[in-house]
Amino acid sequence: MNIIACVKQVPDTETLIKVKPDGSGIVEDGIKWVMNPYDEYGVEEALKLKEKLGGDVTIVSVGPARTMETIRTALAMGAEKGVHIDDPSLYGADAYTTASALAAVIKTLPHDIIFCGQRAIDGDAGQVGSVLADLLGIPSVTFVTKLEIAGTAVKAQNAIEGATVTIETSLPCVITAQKGLNEPRYASLPGIMKAKKKPVDVKNAAAIGITAAAKAKVAKTVPPPARAPGKILQGEDPALKAQELVKLLREEAKVI
Amino acid sequence: MAKGVWIVAEVRDGAYRKVSFEIAGAARKLADELGDEVCAVLCGSGIEGKAAELGKYGVDKVYVADNAALEPYTTDAHASAVAKIVKEKGPAILLLAASVQGKDLAARLVGKLATGLATDCTGLKIEGGKLVAVRPMYAGKCFGEVAFEAAPAMASLRPNVFPIVENAKAGAVEKFDPALDAGQIKTKVAEIAKDTSGKIELTEANIIVSGGRGMKGPENYNILEDLAKVLGAAVGASRAAVDAGWRPATDQVGQTGKTVSPNLYIACGISGAIQHLAGMSSSKFIVAINKDPEAPIFQRADYGIVDDLFKVVPEVTAAAKKILA
Repeated sequence: MNIIACVKQVPDTETLIKVKPDGSGIVEDGIKWVMNPYDEYGVEEALKLKEKLGGDVTIVSVGPARTMETIRTALAMGAEKGVHIDDPSLYGADAYTTASALAAVIKTLPHDIIFCGQRAIDGDAGQVGSVLADLLGIPSVTFVTKLEIAGTAVKAQNAIEGATVTIETSLPCVITAQKGLNEPRYASLPGIMKAKKKPVDVKNAAAIGITAAAKAKVAKTVPPPARAPGKILQGEDPALKAQELVKLLREEAKVI
Repeated sequence: MAKGVWIVAEVRDGAYRKVSFEIAGAARKLADELGDEVCAVLCGSGIEGKAAELGKYGVDKVYVADNAALEPYTTDAHASAVAKIVKEKGPAILLLAASVQGKDLAARLVGKLATGLATDCTGLKIEGGKLVAVRPMYAGKCFGEVAFEAAPAMASLRPNVFPIVENAKAGAVEKFDPALDAGQIKTKVAEIAKDTSGKIELTEANIIVSGGRGMKGPENYNILEDLAKVLGAAVGASRAAVDAGWRPATDQVGQTGKTVSPNLYIACGISGAIQHLAGMSSSKFIVAINKDPEAPIFQRADYGIVDDLFKVVPEVTAAAKKILA
């Protein structure tokens, strides 16, 4: 089986995000970069599928030079090879452009199933997997928490508001991974050593025949609205503090 | 130049979801500013009779595709139906709900329409006659103002943020043929298992009672469930509680879970890791109950109680029961 997993490198969830004074983006100094957590579920599912059905896993990623570390992490987890699309015109690109770059590479590779995270935790756009599927002309199932493959038949589950839906489709398709799909493995030490020798192709936009043309762009980045300082309820008696809280919620905040 | 502010109305089991009226209200406001009209796309089966109702929420005209293949929702069928009418009429702006279904549909439409989409927006404005969408990024650690270079400018709107505005008009209704080609529909719904527990969805809840590591174990969440029941609230959890296996992943609030904006968020035994704060800081009012006075959650709370949650929460439940009785 020819399995593709798309990954993105993002700031670790514990990162304090600082906005540049001119609003042109975030301050990147000192950020710890990691694999997008939702992509980890995708890579894990790709590896599980390979272990069950045979085949190989190719990692595809768009990003600057540091992205190579994240590709190597996926290779250390057990993927066979990688493609790194590195071009300044694609840094911070919108979903359509990023998906176009991924599609241009994936079209040249045999692909039975493609995994993406349901969203990346930096831009939180949650679009690339679906756009990629559309550009490739194949089905997409998003927010997947359970996946079964039998031959070319695909059965996937996702949670919508108030219900769990079971969706059937067929290979080739794009699956976007949601938390709950699996528990991603850690890279082993031998895995890390082996990953250093695994092949990764680095390609620029021209090499894959892509010209970036933004459909949407973040014109300005701003810090979140400041919150006014709160009130700590004083006293020893939990019951009295609880009553005061309920009274405040009712009369001052008017939320209950 | 492209004209018209459009929405995609979301229907489940033959009824509109509340967020559909919220996006209609947001669309009306934009259209009034632009001197433009609001149109809705409604896709489903046996729903033509429901179309005119959207007029009450500010929609001038409803394009309806009533077709058996559009119920239940599949990405393929709905994306091709909406793309067909949008390509034909060419609206300037297209708004959807940032529900699970709305996000799935919107992203697929980006591919079909080769355009840009701002996901999960909390604000919309018109600058120089064009849409600028305001949306949280990094789960709310910062906000981005998105400008569009292609049409339609697409935005999905976070539920519970935009007000519903009623007006007295009925919307005009026009049917369209979605021209669905069975060969194009490659996904089908095998089963929809409804959650019959009466649980309120986190992203749509007005009030959330959430528990973290301080809950000490899954068996203690009943005190939060009790409070939630009295308040009509949903119950959430921190990543620590989910990773410990105490609560399902669907309950997680934070950067690797759900980003929520309820009117009231009550954090119990949650220290306030950056990744959790990111997911709930846009709540209108925040209450923190934690015995550690140094817990970062108190920096974000409107009201804080530094005490043992196991003593405080049942008392809050009792007091709330009394006041709401």
